[in-house]
Amino acid sequence: MEIGLHHYLILGGLLFTLGVFGIFLNRKNVIIIMMSIELMLLAVNINFVAFSSFMHDLGGQIFTMFILTVAAAEAAIGLAILVVFFRNKGSIAVEDISTLKG
Amino acid sequence: MNETLWTWESLSIVKPEIFLAVSGLLLLVFGACLKGNPARSIGGLVMIAMAIAAYMIWGMKWDSQVEFSGQFIFDPFSAYMKILVLFGLIGSVALSLRYMAQENMARFEYPVLVLFAGLGMMVMLSANSFLSLYVGLELQSLSLYVLAAIRRDHAKSSEAGMKYFVLGSMASGILLFGISLVYGYTGALGFDTVAKTLAAAPATPGAVIGLVFVLVGIAFKVSAVPFHMWTPDVYEGAPTSVTALFAIVPKVAAIGLLMRLIYGPFASMVPDWQQILWFLSAASMAWGAFAALNQNNIKRLMAYSSIGNIGFAMVGLVAGTAAGAGASILYMTIYMAMTAGTFGLIMMLRRNGVAVEKISDMAGLSKTNPVICYCMAIMMFSMSGIPPLAGFFSKMVVFQEAMSAHFYVLSVFGVLTSVVSAYYYLRIIKTMFFDESIAVLDREPGMGKKIVAGVCVAFVVLFVLSPDPLLKSSKAAAGSLFPVAENTKE
Repeated sequence: MEIGLHHYLILGGLLFTLGVFGIFLNRKNVIIIMMSIELMLLAVNINFVAFSSFMHDLGGQIFTMFILTVAAAEAAIGLAILVVFFRNKGSIAVEDISTLKG
Repeated sequence: MNETLWTWESLSIVKPEIFLAVSGLLLLVFGACLKGNPARSIGGLVMIAMAIAAYMIWGMKWDSQVEFSGQFIFDPFSAYMKILVLFGLIGSVALSLRYMAQENMARFEYPVLVLFAGLGMMVMLSANSFLSLYVGLELQSLSLYVLAAIRRDHAKSSEAGMKYFVLGSMASGILLFGISLVYGYTGALGFDTVAKTLAAAPATPGAVIGLVFVLVGIAFKVSAVPFHMWTPDVYEGAPTSVTALFAIVPKVAAIGLLMRLIYGPFASMVPDWQQILWFLSAASMAWGAFAALNQNNIKRLMAYSSIGNIGFAMVGLVAGTAAGAGASILYMTIYMAMTAGTFGLIMMLRRNGVAVEKISDMAGLSKTNPVICYCMAIMMFSMSGIPPLAGFFSKMVVFQEAMSAHFYVLSVFGVLTSVVSAYYYLRIIKTMFFDESIAVLDREPGMGKKIVAGVCVAFVVLFVLSPDPLLKSSKAAAGSLFPVAENTKE
């Protein structure tokens, strides 16, 4: 079977959906939310690289490099905020992020 | 494909950005090296740097120039929005200098982060390709995530940072997914090429889905309903000076970005984005009006108020005309002044060294602190759109343009929700003037909040005397987003 562009797009779409569901359905741990966010960004990378290679246009692959870099910075900041949160609350369970509501 | 990437001349259009980036890095190093607590002096220097950047933009040649292989554009629109953003940032730093010390969170990183957020906003306002858009947007967002959680010893602040981070990153992910689809179905990242490709043929379903994802990502950033759920929590949890920053600046930048996108690359897909924006706008106006009705926390109330205001600003965008876009720019300008003034006044509310945030805490202000009370009353009247204050004109212009583009239902709906929202603005006035006072407020020691609040009150009151300069410049700024044919029509 020939693997075409749409296979990559379906894979990217599936991973992206998994990431979104991971954020909303997960009731346990904030770390899992971070992993889900990372999964979303990497799914986008698959899309970009697939398009880029099928269109013979380098723009998408350059974009991927930028996404990887920014995702690293984002993960660093997210974990830093998580550490601060843990110090204040003594827990990183999702249900504990609930002081603010109304 | 042997074009030069950039020349020394092309650097001239990124002068302000380069200046801000360099001064931000230098200030970061200075702050780390200086002895004692340099928060105040670094804050002052940050304000000076931003003022210099605004002055540089003012002095540049205001015509459309595209440089760096089409990555970066400088036009009257980006110039106007950047100066607006810089003013807002200077105001919010001025508001926060004393507040940081009062709340024991005086760290020099705070103003430097504000500066970097501003740099990100300037890049995204000047973006002419999805790549520079993404990088600018992320620089802004990452700085703001940290700012929300800047009170490290405070559970609410770190929770606000956490929520903002998770939902903001998800919004970036959704935006990126949209960008990847637009890239795939148009074959380019540059706005000019995307616009041409989309105009040449009827839009493919892939491109439409991409557009929807991009709009959803930006709706998160401007907190339009139904993507607003983070706003009240983050506004309440973040330190008030950061809340002021969130309310004043990033929304203006994100609305600018939205305008750049819908009138630039997606200009040929008007019916597609128009109905999405129509819904976002109506839903934001309605939710901003009704959900705020029984809020007791003034910061939460301001969050819903900002959601509603974004809805009103979008009414002008839905019209899809240059005049409508100009009305939206004017709306955001006046919104910025009103919000900055209101937050300046809110931050003056302190009793026995503790900031108060309940609306009931403002009871009887007219007897104990008449100056704050009357300024607040002016701001609330302006927000609810009572003539002759500036808030009335901003709403009027927006609805006028929507009417002339035949969006009657949306306009009438907007006026009705604005009546509903008048209730909670007037409730604050009622609390201040007619309720029994609790205790006298502390004397405000600093000048920063007084100056910001004073300037904003003066602007809101005096706008009626000469509205023309702002009307004209916002129209001119919006005009540069549209092709020449439409420019000359006026």
